[in-house]
Amino acid sequence: MKPAAFDYVLADSIEMVVRSLADSGGDAKIIAGGQSLVPMLNFRLLRPSILVDINRIPGLAFIEEGDRAIRIGALTRHHQLETSPVIAKHLPVLSAAMTHVAHLAIRNRGTIGGSLSHADPAAELPMMARLLDAELQVASRSGRRTIKARDFFLDALTVDLGDDDILTEIVLPKLPPNTGWGFEEVSRRSGDFALAAVAVTLAVSGGAIAEARIALTGIGATAKRAAEAESLLVGLPLDPKVLEQVIGAVRGNVEPNTDLHASADYRRHLAGVLAGRAVTAAWRRAQPVAP
Amino acid sequence: MSKTCDIAVTVNGVTHEHTVEPRLLLSDFLRHTLGLTGTHVGCEHGVCGACTVLIDGDSARSCLMFAIQADGCRIETVEGLGTIGKMNALQESFHEHHALQCGFCTPGMLITATDLLKKYPLATDDEIREGLSGNLCRCTGYEHIVAAIRAMVAKTGNTSGGKTG
Repeated sequence: MKPAAFDYVLADSIEMVVRSLADSGGDAKIIAGGQSLVPMLNFRLLRPSILVDINRIPGLAFIEEGDRAIRIGALTRHHQLETSPVIAKHLPVLSAAMTHVAHLAIRNRGTIGGSLSHADPAAELPMMARLLDAELQVASRSGRRTIKARDFFLDALTVDLGDDDILTEIVLPKLPPNTGWGFEEVSRRSGDFALAAVAVTLAVSGGAIAEARIALTGIGATAKRAAEAESLLVGLPLDPKVLEQVIGAVRGNVEPNTDLHASADYRRHLAGVLAGRAVTAAWRRAQPVAP
Repeated sequence: MSKTCDIAVTVNGVTHEHTVEPRLLLSDFLRHTLGLTGTHVGCEHGVCGACTVLIDGDSARSCLMFAIQADGCRIETVEGLGTIGKMNALQESFHEHHALQCGFCTPGMLITATDLLKKYPLATDDEIREGLSGNLCRCTGYEHIVAAIRAMVAKTGNTSGGKTG
């Protein structure tokens, strides 16, 4: 349970990171919070020859509110997201999700950029990136580019990042007015990875749903959106019949695995139940507050 | 062997200067290099919580961090909380409520509770249990640990409010 030997580079800039990554010829790993990487090093599932530490790069941990979006630096810790007044005001569904991310000692160190880059199939943040239509800004030796969340998560633990790429910033567009949200998760133990989790936003206008988003995690190789279920809701008020159809569509839309913790059937069942609860909560929160 | 580095880490108020290999875990640095064996090592992959220490005031798993990353940091371990002759209030509360049996998880429980009391209101037992969910006690003495922390909340009128950012 000790890592194999590696050389250590303490980076002081993004430029230094991409240079170190490119020079290593694909044999380097970035270490941010290390909360997923270090267990893999300790188990020797990974044996990089170089670790590039980004923890002391200035200006990489921030939460900034713009006119249309919230910008979050990749090195922002989970606990900062959990307790940010900006996130609580504009993206309360994300504040709610953060309390499900591991335990305080992990949230103190773990970073949003690290979690998204690692892309555990049962983690909350990839689901939240899909839900909130995040744009991910990436730097590499050849320049900077922006990747939409829907194109970023390719497979379990696999994202659209090359050997010399680093995720630098996450841009989360603000939600439309009159948006309600719901978040539901079941895990074996508080803070463990989700057996299944669902996050929902519903924008309501004139008594009907104008925009519906339903994202899931723990139910397949990557977090995903339930597009068919979303489209069933648009243009209608929520009623029990529509909700049943949505639950059915969510169950038909997931391909969970059986593992030690739960069977595929149970996870599919859960996905439907949790989607029903989250959609109902979102609908309730989207109603105008009585004067 | 990879290239070694010189680091200076302040542990419980004392600054230690050492030359370390990059792969040396902070937990092993504390226990083997400094001889501070109060920090316990259970699982070495971040699940059991026994090795939790405070790094610049925030709780973290010392098995999920390298000593080299702690260069310039201020670390507090269970040895920094109090001594057998002069325990701090939280340790006294654990003592009063029989909140330890074999004692293996206790250092991690104490450090975790220190950070929880600072950051969350802990108004209900559910909240305390949720806060402790990352620390395993194989004697399953959780009831008494929750009671010890509940007593601390009552005694200090914990008003942290759960917001730090």
